[in-house]
Amino acid sequence: MDNSLDLGINGYYHFELFGKTFWLTNTHISIIIIVSVITILAILANRVIKKADPAKKPGKAMNVIELVVEAIDSITRSNMGDKHFFGFCNYIGTLMIFLVLSNTVGVFGLRPPTADYGITLGLALITFFLIHINGFRYQKMKHLTELFHPIPLTPINIIGELATPVSMSLRLFGNILSGTIIMALIYGLLPKFMLLFWPGVLHIYFDLFSGAIQAFVFCMLTMVFISKNFDD
Amino acid sequence: MSGEFNKFFVEGMACLGAGIGMIAGMGPGMGQGYAAGQGASAVGRNPGARGSVMTTMLLGQAVAETTGLYSLVVAIILIFANPYTK
Repeated sequence: MDNSLDLGINGYYHFELFGKTFWLTNTHISIIIIVSVITILAILANRVIKKADPAKKPGKAMNVIELVVEAIDSITRSNMGDKHFFGFCNYIGTLMIFLVLSNTVGVFGLRPPTADYGITLGLALITFFLIHINGFRYQKMKHLTELFHPIPLTPINIIGELATPVSMSLRLFGNILSGTIIMALIYGLLPKFMLLFWPGVLHIYFDLFSGAIQAFVFCMLTMVFISKNFDD
Repeated sequence: MSGEFNKFFVEGMACLGAGIGMIAGMGPGMGQGYAAGQGASAVGRNPGARGSVMTTMLLGQAVAETTGLYSLVVAIILIFANPYTK
């Protein structure tokens, strides 16, 4: 394949550990950059919150932090109800910030980490375990017996439960990977003078719009599937 | 000789299969268009509910997109990571 096409995951450095070869790829590099950016922002936000004085009016940075936190709280509250939302808004907020940053990082020329199936499968498995742990917590054994509810449909019910993490992870992975592939085809196959303005328009659609929508959809589906099992 | 011929034959057929498999993109397109049309008519009837109609429509469209993405994943596997040409 032509060298100017950059579709796949490239390894930069490898080392041997326990008889296996481990690669440091461009996915690892972009995820390290994203995690360090999130950590630095969190430390700065913590410093702003500690210095804030409730008697005076809030500053600019404090206003931005309150805007983000209140938006995430209101989305979680409207999907999970007043009684249960407080235990989940931290996780949903973390997931939303990480997914928005990692889906839109293609604008800066890095490879989006969510275009790697390992990361989306991990996130979807967290959702899967959250669904079933909360199901057993709120519905006790009824959560297990409703699998056999019409007895001839038992295999279909089991497959339906197992399909949830697969479909969630493949949805995020396929969307981000298709955007990455289309951008790589445009940069790799067109002549250089065609690359002046209009890849920017495609970046706005494939990276910013599609990435933000998919981050929102992943969080929304997580909330909907978890709150399906609440007893009230 | 014949093994090499088989490898190229399998690669070409895999690319053909990937192209034919992407016809599956037609179904999610029709479904998403129907959802968007119904959402537009809902906003036209009740403009006050624009935010919640938009959220529900986007959620439904993203779920309807899944089958098309399955075929995309199958096509990508056939082209870049074909198990039969290894």
